[in-house]
Amino acid sequence: MNNRLKDRLATAVFWCGAGAVLLILGFLLAYIFLHGFKSISWHFLTSPPETIRAGGGIGPQIFNSFYLLFLTMAITAPVGIMAGIYLAEYAKRNSITEAIRLSIETLTSLPSIVIGLFGLLIFVNKTGWGYSLMAGALAISVINLPFMVRISEEAIRDVPDEMREASLALGASRWQTIWRIILPSALPGLITGGIIASGRVFGEAAALLYTAGMSSPALNFNNLDITSTTSPLSPFRPAETLAVHIWKVNSEGLIPDVRQVADGASAFLVLTVLVFNITARWAGRYIHRRLTSSQ
Amino acid sequence: MSKVKVFTKDLNLYYKDFQALKNANLDIQANKITALIGPSGCGKSTFLRTLNRMNDLYEGVRVEGAVCLDGQDIYDPKIDVVNLRKRVGMVFQKPNPFPMSVYDNVAYGPRIHGIKKKQQLDEIVELSLHSAALLDEVKDRLHKSALGLSGGQQQRLCIARLLAVEPEVVLMDEPSSALDPISTLKIEELIQVLKQEYTIVIVTHNMQQAARVSDFTAFFLMGELVEYGVTTEIFTNPVDKRTEDYITGRFG
Repeated sequence: MNNRLKDRLATAVFWCGAGAVLLILGFLLAYIFLHGFKSISWHFLTSPPETIRAGGGIGPQIFNSFYLLFLTMAITAPVGIMAGIYLAEYAKRNSITEAIRLSIETLTSLPSIVIGLFGLLIFVNKTGWGYSLMAGALAISVINLPFMVRISEEAIRDVPDEMREASLALGASRWQTIWRIILPSALPGLITGGIIASGRVFGEAAALLYTAGMSSPALNFNNLDITSTTSPLSPFRPAETLAVHIWKVNSEGLIPDVRQVADGASAFLVLTVLVFNITARWAGRYIHRRLTSSQ
Repeated sequence: MSKVKVFTKDLNLYYKDFQALKNANLDIQANKITALIGPSGCGKSTFLRTLNRMNDLYEGVRVEGAVCLDGQDIYDPKIDVVNLRKRVGMVFQKPNPFPMSVYDNVAYGPRIHGIKKKQQLDEIVELSLHSAALLDEVKDRLHKSALGLSGGQQQRLCIARLLAVEPEVVLMDEPSSALDPISTLKIEELIQVLKQEYTIVIVTHNMQQAARVSDFTAFFLMGELVEYGVTTEIFTNPVDKRTEDYITGRFG
């Protein structure tokens, strides 16, 4: 009887743990959405912010966040995949490999504000770019790269060895095996991991304060010239992102509707990250099904 | 009439400190089926894998001695391993089709060796599937996933895939041990037909299969090649007592 009681108690404790996680998440989401959804409107999502008057929006900030995400992924995805392939397929167990792993693990634990200050010194001052999207993208790349490497390595390791053996036994070279068998099989894992990493990049603030900056110039969305600073496509202009904007309006407190702006921006940010995560799982499953059944 | 296709000379193999093969000297006759038998862990699969250098894939493996294909040592550093594996192909114990269509599986080999023209690939795929006695069963679902086939069909697909690269030697590592008796029978029939064109070496832990299917049999025990000879001789009149003990089931 004692054993059965212990067993039941343990089961109950584990359920409580899971329940606590769900409750915390639920409460957080409910609070944010309840307060924030009131402020979200088409006008709010597309207009530029106001500095001292009420009625500002977060349009340019949303654009900047997505553009920054795009640039960061364009840099870290290829490099991450290449490093992941190296670690999963070519690296032997020696001190060089250990050094690489240690570097990757250390990079993931560096505080983002420190990386931001590093970015300020190198990507903003030394290069002479000033506060810019590019500086922000490079700073975030430093943070995101180790995650992409880890995601890639895991996705590639997940491909069963029998696939490799079968390919090599047919006279394929290592590269052919990687390109034709391993990468396609690892694709769902890579995409899922990439989308989840995107969610984290999207919400990053500390590293962007002093790299991408806390202002956004007046953007003319009709100007598609990448070199011009009023064009939204130029990466060499200051580009305040969503999370940074939330921080700024709260700490400056100049606008009268600061609560609405901050709550609305927060709700939108959290909603986007949620959508990223749900899409990641759905996309991974869908691609896997397509690749294995109807090809 | 018989020619030696592959032979090993004083072949020793070490997994780090453990010696898995001890001085193996074996001749594989061309266009014949040679079976490798022995209890678990005796080194027969390891020996098989030296014939197409699949052992190279493992860390800590050291090979001494020579393995010669048509008189040329395949462990010579100047040898192109990729080309070797095209000439000496392998079928594994557990069928391992790629997660692609049946067509793409069979066309994989020719494609990686440079064949691109659709008509040529179509011909090769059809011929290989026919040679593997699988064409009738899959001709209506060539572009559906290979993973939807039964175990026996998947294994024949793996054989078709292998035949598409036109090897000279076919190595089979317990090819039907994961299959039901009917599939096993089909595979054994297939092997008998294949020996006209290819040299076949098959590892099997099923002695009856070795007796049914092969022309020559080699008995391995604890890394040593104990006895080798014509199959009917080995099974009726073994020379070494250890062979006799294994065949009569005193251990194994």
